[in-house]
Amino acid sequence: MATFTREEIEHLADLARIALTDEEITRMQSELNAVADAIDEVQKVATDDVPPTANPVPLEAYLRPDVAATPLTQEEALAGAPRDRPGHVRRPADPGRVIHEQRH
Amino acid sequence: MAEKLMKFSEAVKRFDPVIGLETHVELCTNTKLFCPAHIEFGGEPNTQLTPVSLGLPGSLPVINETAVDFAIKLGLALHCEIAEWSQFARKNYFYPDMPRDYQISQYDKPTNGNGYLDVELDDGSIFRVPIERAHIEDDAGKNTHVGGADGRIEGADHSLVDYNRAGVPLIEIVTKPIEGAGERAAEIAGAYMRTLRDIVRALGISHARMEQGNMRADVNVSLRNKPTDPLGTRSETKNVNSFRGIEKTIVYEIRRQAALLSDGGEVLQETRHWDEASQTTAGGRLKTDADDYRYFPDPDLVMLHITKEHIERIAKDMPEMPRERRNRLQGEWKFSDLEMRDVINADALDLIEDTVKAGATASGAKKWWLGELSREANAKGVSLEELPITPADVAEVEKLIASGKLNDKLAKKTVSGVLAGEGTPDEVVKKHGYEVVQDTGALEAAVDKALADNPDIVEKLKSGNMKPMGAIIGAVMRATKGQADAKAVSGLVMKKLH
Amino acid sequence: MSNATELVKLSAAQMAEKIRSKEVSSRELTQAHLDVIEAAEPTVNAFLHVSDKEALAQADAFDKKLAEGDTEGLPELAGVPIAIKDMIVTKGIPTTAASKILEGWVPPYDATVIEKIKAAGMPILGKTNLDEFAQGSSTEHSAFGNTHNPWDATRVPGGSGGGSASAVGSYEAPLALGTDTGGSIRQPGAFTGTVGVKPTYGGVSRYGAIAMASSLDQIGPCGRTVLDTALLHEVIGGNDRRDSTSIPAPVPPVAAAAREGLKRDLKGVRVGLIKEIGGEGFEAGVAARFNEAVKLLESMGAEVKEVSLPHLPYSLGAYYIIMPSEVSSNLARYDGMRYGLRVMPPAGVPQTSANMMAYTREAGFGDEVKRRIILGTYALSAGYYDAWYGSAQKVRTLVIDDFNKAFEQVDVLVSPTAPSTAFHFGEKTSDPLSMYLGDVATIPANMAGVPAMSIPCGLSDNGMPVGFQFFAPQRHDEAMYKPAAALEAALEEQWGGNILTKMATPWLNA
Repeated sequence: MATFTREEIEHLADLARIALTDEEITRMQSELNAVADAIDEVQKVATDDVPPTANPVPLEAYLRPDVAATPLTQEEALAGAPRDRPGHVRRPADPGRVIHEQRH
Repeated sequence: MAEKLMKFSEAVKRFDPVIGLETHVELCTNTKLFCPAHIEFGGEPNTQLTPVSLGLPGSLPVINETAVDFAIKLGLALHCEIAEWSQFARKNYFYPDMPRDYQISQYDKPTNGNGYLDVELDDGSIFRVPIERAHIEDDAGKNTHVGGADGRIEGADHSLVDYNRAGVPLIEIVTKPIEGAGERAAEIAGAYMRTLRDIVRALGISHARMEQGNMRADVNVSLRNKPTDPLGTRSETKNVNSFRGIEKTIVYEIRRQAALLSDGGEVLQETRHWDEASQTTAGGRLKTDADDYRYFPDPDLVMLHITKEHIERIAKDMPEMPRERRNRLQGEWKFSDLEMRDVINADALDLIEDTVKAGATASGAKKWWLGELSREANAKGVSLEELPITPADVAEVEKLIASGKLNDKLAKKTVSGVLAGEGTPDEVVKKHGYEVVQDTGALEAAVDKALADNPDIVEKLKSGNMKPMGAIIGAVMRATKGQADAKAVSGLVMKKLH
Repeated sequence: MSNATELVKLSAAQMAEKIRSKEVSSRELTQAHLDVIEAAEPTVNAFLHVSDKEALAQADAFDKKLAEGDTEGLPELAGVPIAIKDMIVTKGIPTTAASKILEGWVPPYDATVIEKIKAAGMPILGKTNLDEFAQGSSTEHSAFGNTHNPWDATRVPGGSGGGSASAVGSYEAPLALGTDTGGSIRQPGAFTGTVGVKPTYGGVSRYGAIAMASSLDQIGPCGRTVLDTALLHEVIGGNDRRDSTSIPAPVPPVAAAAREGLKRDLKGVRVGLIKEIGGEGFEAGVAARFNEAVKLLESMGAEVKEVSLPHLPYSLGAYYIIMPSEVSSNLARYDGMRYGLRVMPPAGVPQTSANMMAYTREAGFGDEVKRRIILGTYALSAGYYDAWYGSAQKVRTLVIDDFNKAFEQVDVLVSPTAPSTAFHFGEKTSDPLSMYLGDVATIPANMAGVPAMSIPCGLSDNGMPVGFQFFAPQRHDEAMYKPAAALEAALEEQWGGNILTKMATPWLNA
């Protein structure tokens, strides 16, 4: 049976990039445990011989011809973003991390 | 803080190094992996985007057919098993340059699995590098850091993001642990990367220019006491983007880890990066459970079905592979093994082939690319390809020499002119009036003057001492501004003395 | 206003008929609805944004086409206005998903269904309210206020598509688009006495539908009659190359099936009662109206029998793994970087992009969304994946098999749409689990990708509408339209008109 500890929710919030407040963590802990109990039922019938299904309607991928279409204009692309040099999105820096380090 | 290193020869005597390479190759498709945004290197920032590559709410990915064809081509070239059914998965992690904050990659069902690549080493022997997988994924955008020194993140107060590269298709080629490399680990890695580069270029699936970031590798190195031991803890040096950097990373990591282990220390499982300036790798982030990427099949994409017919269609059009091509060209050009190896090591095969195609002899083309031009490239720290001279230019210079219009000295000056951006060889020759003096009247006058000015030399020559001939030729050259043909001058002198 | 009142109470098919016969222009019709919106909004609050100028311009453009005889190939509903759930992107019209994190975002592109609506000459009245990112069953989780049930303003309209259902139920719009991930079209339909359809997964393009849970989401029509939803289904359905999960086949002949149903002859139609839905937890009034409607189906010649889908009880648990997992990934992109809200960390916290994202998401998302993101992040984590996500995907296989086997025996399956009628505000917000249990009848269709629809089948003891649900096999949406239209016709004969005629509409007489 799944149980959510406080530390676990803090860790999940970190993974999900949400700065939860202490009060939210407390509330979420009891709510999530109630839901988790219900969800545990699922494992009863999910035996090894049952294959998983990702998409409900079985299809195979359509492959798009490699032909260009009109892109968004720079103005359209950046309309909702903070900018301070023409053409770029401004973001805060991440000190202590190396530029390429997070690249996959 | 300099890290302790062990002498390389000692390190590989005491430990068995195991390496692994994860190479990202950017595909040269017309449009992005999942949307019809045209791809162009160096375009205006944030102008190569559709709602899909910008990750706008509601947008959905659709697979680019050419990217799949390219993956099949590479799979065939690397002797991979090509999966009939492969699947795209989401790799979830937050990254400001990645518009959806997840990468679409392949996880447990990659398109290509279980292959190998045979690479030729310096001594002519063949080493088989085992390939684990070659899967398709999309790239992220690019950052410029503002406020810090030279684009480094330290000290930067904010960054500017250009998402043009977001969604560009990549193939990641992952080797299995490369065992039995021993002291040749770096050499094998270098040869593997160069061979891979030659293959993707021959296939026409990537420009594979490391300096433009079309090709970059993560280098894994671990040590163990002896080959029968289980694999040791590895370091992962990310995004190394030059062949030499990869080779040096391996040597450095072997020396660093050897020193660490022999002092009773422990190798950390961490990501590092290669620093060109200090020629060292630096520690980065420790691998922790923060690297929980929460992979799951991308519900926006259904299974990719690759039929036998599809593979056969691609197989029919496979181009000649680099090693066969090399053997063919060596025969055509009549180069020795040693000469051919020099050509390969200088990355001059394509350039010489193009120069020969443009009308030069093979030996003439080799002389330029491996001589004068290699020196120039080394001096400038660039690759031969990046020099501002084309194979057609070199062929033109060779033609001018063959027709007697240029001597060696003028030819070198002409090439310098081309490299200096003065135009084509013809234009440079015209601009500076570089041309061998054909007018025997003018040449005779210069010879006469030189002989008259140097009566003592004339005596020596008459007495059969040919040593000072050079001085006379030099004087004539000076008088004709180098445009005389040395043989013609010495012929004239001999005629006049007798 | 009485002419206008008569006009807005027509079915969409009747409005379309009046447009074709030039009795009324699209502009008049659109203006009549804008007037109702103005009068009814203080009561129902169904809209987040009314695009009156755009709607009238679209109406004028259509009227001009019609005057020039240039309407060849346009669908039957051409010129009839429509409301759009604010989960679907509209170029130039703000789109928020009822979330603070997207407040003020104006999309630079149209969803495929919006392109089709525009091409059909159907004016867009505005964007309707919903639970934030379609996550909820009452529209109480909207960041921009509650939508009220037009039957009783102290009750919820259902959710997530409470705005679209209330707009259609209160005559603010004859038609609306919704999105259905676990019942978000059908349950609000049941709560408001309107018709709501979730087509086969992949039957309507999702391109431009803001993703909640990609393998469950489906756009569908909301209307006041079965035929109206069928006509709208045909406008928006069909293959779209911009959606990889779109079925490469034409939309099934659903309008013809609905018209066939109006003949009220169900001989040869095999109807299956789902054994696993109903009984305990279902309101008496809901069960009574449902059973009466089943009798009506039988009276029209349908062959009714009970069918067991043994794994259905597990679909709720599996849904609450798959849905939040996909939510956690789909909602990652709302990070403050490119559009929408950006909140910098407070003083004393490092001003990094990672912290900017965390504070933006903390401020921009509501409780329910955060809860689902955390749950989904957990379900996908290494170490839990097999037990949770992996198991849920297996249950999905079992549920699909159950439906396949059931449809070997019957042509359609039926059940109540929801265990209860519309509840009061605040009744379930403190207990997420009880809210989740309300989706027990609608979730199986999303899990299995089969089409399903809800039509009103009467009023419960509390005077609130009850929904009757039909399910059909994948890609055979037409199979449910025929018995649904037949049942609707039989019920309307008993009621002496549409069920909404029983509802008080003070805003129409204002």
